[in-house]
Amino acid sequence: MNPRTFPLLATIAIFLVAYAICSAQYPTIFSTRVAGNLLTDNAYLGIVAVGMTLVILSGGIDLSVGSVIAFSGVFIAVMLRDSGLHPVVVFALLLMITTLFGAAMGGLIDILAMPPFIVTLAGMFLARGVAYMLTIDSVPIDHAVYDFLQGAYYLMPGKGRLTFIGVLMLLTVLAGMIVAHRTRFGASVFALGGGIATARLMGVKVRRTTVLIYAFSGFMSGLAGIVFSIYTGSGYPLAAVGTELTAIAAVVIGGTLLSGGAGYMFGTLVGVLTMGLIQTYIIFDGTLSSWWTKIVIGVLLLSFILLQKALVHLSTRRQGAV
Amino acid sequence: MLLTIRSLTKSFPGTKALDGVNFDLVAGEVHALLGENGAGKSTLIKCLTGAYRRDAGEIRLDGRAISPGSTSEAQDLGIGTVYQEVNLLANLTVAQNLTFGREPRRFGLVDGRAQKRAAEEMLQGYGLNIDVGRDLGSYSVAIQQIIAIARAVEVSGKVLILDEPTASLDAAEVAMLFDVVRRLRDRGLGIVFVSHFLDQVFALCDRLTVLRNGQHVVTERTDGLDRLALIHHMLGRELEAVETQGHAEGAGVQKPEMLRFDGMGRAGVIEPFDLKVRRGEVIGFAGLLGSGRTESAELLFGLRRARTGSARDTDGPLTIDTPQAAIAAGFGFAPEDRKTEGIVADLSIRENIILALQARRGWARRLPRAEQDRLAAQYIESLDIRTSDAEKPIGELSGGNQQKVVLARWLAMNPRFLILDEPTRGIDVGAHAEILKLIGRLTEDGMSVLIISSELDELVVAADRIIVVRDRRHVRELTGADLTADTILAAIAADDSPDESSGKNPVAIAAADAPKTAKEVR
Repeated sequence: MNPRTFPLLATIAIFLVAYAICSAQYPTIFSTRVAGNLLTDNAYLGIVAVGMTLVILSGGIDLSVGSVIAFSGVFIAVMLRDSGLHPVVVFALLLMITTLFGAAMGGLIDILAMPPFIVTLAGMFLARGVAYMLTIDSVPIDHAVYDFLQGAYYLMPGKGRLTFIGVLMLLTVLAGMIVAHRTRFGASVFALGGGIATARLMGVKVRRTTVLIYAFSGFMSGLAGIVFSIYTGSGYPLAAVGTELTAIAAVVIGGTLLSGGAGYMFGTLVGVLTMGLIQTYIIFDGTLSSWWTKIVIGVLLLSFILLQKALVHLSTRRQGAV
Repeated sequence: MLLTIRSLTKSFPGTKALDGVNFDLVAGEVHALLGENGAGKSTLIKCLTGAYRRDAGEIRLDGRAISPGSTSEAQDLGIGTVYQEVNLLANLTVAQNLTFGREPRRFGLVDGRAQKRAAEEMLQGYGLNIDVGRDLGSYSVAIQQIIAIARAVEVSGKVLILDEPTASLDAAEVAMLFDVVRRLRDRGLGIVFVSHFLDQVFALCDRLTVLRNGQHVVTERTDGLDRLALIHHMLGRELEAVETQGHAEGAGVQKPEMLRFDGMGRAGVIEPFDLKVRRGEVIGFAGLLGSGRTESAELLFGLRRARTGSARDTDGPLTIDTPQAAIAAGFGFAPEDRKTEGIVADLSIRENIILALQARRGWARRLPRAEQDRLAAQYIESLDIRTSDAEKPIGELSGGNQQKVVLARWLAMNPRFLILDEPTRGIDVGAHAEILKLIGRLTEDGMSVLIISSELDELVVAADRIIVVRDRRHVRELTGADLTADTILAAIAADDSPDESSGKNPVAIAAADAPKTAKEVR
């Protein structure tokens, strides 16, 4: 068994056990309704976490994603209100903007040899600021296409609704899995996470790869912004504050090494669903404060970091022993 | 001729790392590149692999002039390199590492099965039977090394440079690696082998080239060469003209014993050794790179914890298990690699000088600024540190002056026992002589000094007593009339059987019998 898969297996096991416990206590949790809602409610988080996974796999971090989601919502709402463009055109424009924004951050990180933390922190303030410039109010979105997208779902057996945004999230994860694990670009991302000097020695085009990684994350943030606007039906500059941290937590709980170089895109989906499940349980319970979500997530995060430390320790020791 | 290098020159600020070096490589040979630290081996290799741009000279591969600007360009030309470490990515599978950048694809996606097949094919002929689907990091360093070679051969295919590939391998693994290298040689590759293990060089290599201080010394066939001559080439005799007396009379004078180390040792690092240090004495450690000379000093200073042995001074036992304890006991240590271990390049000369003193006081009790200025001024004057100003960042000084600042730092602590690892490495001849003179002055004031050096003549000039370290053992102690470069060379080059002249136990004799031997010799 490859020790690399341990965190992924642990993540899946924890999710299954948690789901079993929750279902035992509230049998209705084990239903397609809850499953459908789990996907719908966490669609934007799942999408943004796919981008974040790639960034973290490369050994970086992207703090701008929450602000970019807020900017996206505001941009869409304002454009639809003021310009009269068709939503599809607005979506395309938005995705172009957020992708270029990510690419620019990636370029700065590589050209200036700056830590991703600082560059994307600046990006975080910038995107939030621009969102405020567009409007300081919550702008409702009212458009026939939005009504259609919000109402589009497939009725699963058991009356669970598999919504458009839920399916979009699953497709995004699938795309992320292919990019990360089945392309040369993905191999370069893992190589960067393993060590930039070595990666360069092996022929990785570091600048190009770095730009593409953050462009990918920017694109996913934009897509998450679209999904978030469909989910909430509005654009608000104060939306999605702290989402970048939730996404990082989902990625780490999903078994990806925070220092980069090891992890699975699929794990991120499980991480997102685990966090969503905790939320659902608390809603079902009704008496627990929602802050328990944060506490459980904190404990989970800590235990995953410890697990990863132990695995790294184990593998280096074995390396020395053979 | 596969590879020809003519009058290759490369300078760095303050030093000429390569000075008109010539080097030839024939297809189907293993050619050793030898030299002590700073001889220019790695600079030569970096010029060859495109990591450095040469200043002058010519490199021809298959008769064509080449000028690689990057590692990947050198690879495409046919020059592949395997370093001691940092070659491949431990977090990827063996197959991913082997096929990286040229993964077989189907419909634009990496084809995992074809990737594994390709990797297995690449490993054929290397005598490895491993699962290529596992992470590279789960295999031993030796196997990783062979995988790195397989990749380098695959992507380059003409010249293979092995830079200290055996440094962290055990004997069986070295044999395995050598098999692979010989097979590649028979396939017609030109292989450059860099190592400081002479046994390995003799066992594996057809020819060897020795560099010293950035210059080409000699290229010869290994089978016609004896060890003594080779070591002679490597260590050199720059100071031959310097008079080699001066300390001979001092050695006879019985100085009082100050420190005593019994049975200091650590498995795999250095065999247990005894050492007596007398007041005002200069002891030299001689030996080749990797012989255990630096490790011995690190044990004495607590940089590495000794597993066996004890230390004591005239007042009683000492516990030296950390550098802090050593400093508290009045020891000082100026490490070999001044750039990474000795100086803090961005701090000023003054700050560098007071660093150790301040550390001993603790950060809460700041050394008064006036006192700092006084110390800096005092040492800049007494050590003749050439600078416009005590506030200049030390990184802007020349190598020799940096070394003096490092010395000043320890002198400010007023140590009784100062260890200097290669104190004259990479500094010019003038500063060299000054530092040796300075060491002489210090011992007159009663300080004891331990010098580790590759330059035998420097040791002969400076030391009262020289201990020869070989293969992680203290094998001989030389004093009095034995203190000549030739006897040191002979002791370093002697083969592994214990030296008859030094009795049954060459380790124990090192310190204990020394004064007697010295007297008898006189």
